[in-house]
Amino acid sequence: MSHALNEDDARTLASLIEDHRAMPGGLLPLLHRLQDQLGYVPDGALSSLAQAFGLSRAEVHGVVSFYHFFRTSPPARHLVQVCQAEACQACDATALMTHAHALRDAGPAGEVDVEAVYCLGLCASSPAIMIDGQPHGRVTPQALSRLMQALEKVT
Amino acid sequence: MSQAVTVYVPRDSAARAVGADQVAQAIAATARSRGLELRIVRNGSRGLFWLEPLVEVITPEARVAYGPVCADDVPALFDAGFLCGHPHPLGHGPTEQIPYLAAQQRLTFQRVGVTDPLCLADYQAHGGWQGLNRALAMSSDAVVDEITRSGLRGRGGAAFPAGIKWRTVQQAQAARKYVVCNADEGDSGTFSDRMIMEGDPYALIEGMTISALAVGAHQGYVYVRAEYPQAIAVLEEAIARATGAGWLGADVAGSGRPFRLAVRKAAGAYICGEETAMLESLEGRRGMVRPKPPLPALQGLFGQPTVVNNVITLATVPVILARGAGFYRDFGVGRSQGTLPFQLGGNVRRGGLVEMAFGLSLRELLEDFGGGTRSGRPIKAVQVGGPLGAYVPEHRWDTPLDYEAYAAMGAMLGHGGVVVHDDRADLRQLARYAMAFCALESCGKCTPCRIGSTRGVEVIDRIAATTGERRERQLQLLHELCDTMVHGSLCALGGMTPYPVLSALEHYPQDFGLAAGGPQRPRGERHEAV
Repeated sequence: MSHALNEDDARTLASLIEDHRAMPGGLLPLLHRLQDQLGYVPDGALSSLAQAFGLSRAEVHGVVSFYHFFRTSPPARHLVQVCQAEACQACDATALMTHAHALRDAGPAGEVDVEAVYCLGLCASSPAIMIDGQPHGRVTPQALSRLMQALEKVT
Repeated sequence: MSQAVTVYVPRDSAARAVGADQVAQAIAATARSRGLELRIVRNGSRGLFWLEPLVEVITPEARVAYGPVCADDVPALFDAGFLCGHPHPLGHGPTEQIPYLAAQQRLTFQRVGVTDPLCLADYQAHGGWQGLNRALAMSSDAVVDEITRSGLRGRGGAAFPAGIKWRTVQQAQAARKYVVCNADEGDSGTFSDRMIMEGDPYALIEGMTISALAVGAHQGYVYVRAEYPQAIAVLEEAIARATGAGWLGADVAGSGRPFRLAVRKAAGAYICGEETAMLESLEGRRGMVRPKPPLPALQGLFGQPTVVNNVITLATVPVILARGAGFYRDFGVGRSQGTLPFQLGGNVRRGGLVEMAFGLSLRELLEDFGGGTRSGRPIKAVQVGGPLGAYVPEHRWDTPLDYEAYAAMGAMLGHGGVVVHDDRADLRQLARYAMAFCALESCGKCTPCRIGSTRGVEVIDRIAATTGERRERQLQLLHELCDTMVHGSLCALGGMTPYPVLSALEHYPQDFGLAAGGPQRPRGERHEAV
């Protein structure tokens, strides 16, 4: 289902298109900027993007959906990424993920997104997580509780 | 104190992940409250991660190390006189004499953790730009020759000789050429690219500039994974400063030749670490693997001749040019020349970055450097070379770490990642994870990878759920499936996912419910094609 963008978002998109349409391979940098500014890549942006880059709407959808990083719905207020790759698995990251889900479910809805990532490059400091872009290493369940409970106080 | 003391607190992501920012703030605040003058430098990490945050102080004799320091330790460090290098329970004496560091052969990582990463004067004072300056005085042929003679091979994992790749691009006739740095360090268990980008970004810039001058490229890109926000920020700042100082731009170091560099942020697709998928992504498309030929060296980015090298490969170029091919080649063994920055991670007591000449053994890495597991339990399995690398059992730990020796035993060094698991590891689960990861990250272009990985998860589950003859049939099926993936996949993702799976099955049959030493299918020819 495609909703038209509201006026502000449409203006943001138009200015980003202006900045990126002449850039070689500019679609990905544009999508990053769009997500930085709106929090996600709205469905309503796809037609304008397709037109600007001489692609079909399906092709733009194909690009957006290919990459794990792009989200197509508004995010929660905070993002907790828990590494689930081998080095972190070796240090109990599977249990840490379960704990993160429980903490999320215990809090208000829409507050925290928890997602798995596969390597944050902190493999000698496992298990590792990232909260709103900030890295944390050697994370115990107690530390995770503290970090996630502190999020609820930040608005 | 007459002069402001210099204190180093790393800004490396892994140091920040364990509180380095808070430590830096506490040191600044405590100094202020005590009326002491000091200068805090946020350096890269020395790569001794069990000691992070590792605080260093310059004393007249040496740089002295304290760690792991937490913010609460700071007042006591001041009380003990750490600014004069005095003893404290967290003290380790002169940093360079810490055995873990003293035993290493740091060439690519010579400046990481030593310098202020973004300070151009510091870079120059520690040997920076010497390689580029020498290259500028040489013909492009001579530069490519130097790289070829150094024996440098692609450090991203494929180990292709860098000089041959550069020669191909150099000799290609085209109006435009590119140098692309693959910084999509997606292999779990690896972090050396991140450390270079955060800790010594000018080394990468210098290496890419030398490459561009040698092959005739005017534009370069660094494709950095989205999971590395700090590396992206540091690189962008470094590129701006290097451009401002004339090392990049329309007239590189007064040579009259242009080279411009831009950072492109990846978007969380593991497959984009494969070079052709990365080129697709740089062109703004889905990261679908391209069939080869054509080689990227002839038809790469936007269809033009393109050097694609990994961060470590390119960051090693300056030291080769500065010290000469012979100097570099003298490290290492056989056809694995030079050094490899190994990355020791997972359940290990002393995890970190260990740059050593090829030829040391995994046992030396695990025992001498790593000191066993962090949990204190026995090591059960060690995965070498990232998520597509084999699990190496203890009876193979004495094999020298070089490309050929590892290939000969059906394993690979890859990007130098070493992940340690203790005796609680379930190798069936890890094998299943390898297949599941491949299913999650497959670009979908070829069937063996796209479908094979999903079938692989199912077959491994059925091995666990069946017995007797039915289990035998599933085992047979798993071997056949892995053969198909190895021989039929378009790239290394589908082609090497069988490595961890089959090595787990071969060396840890009990985890699959099979009797140890029971009937095993001969290894066959599965490794020969890779």
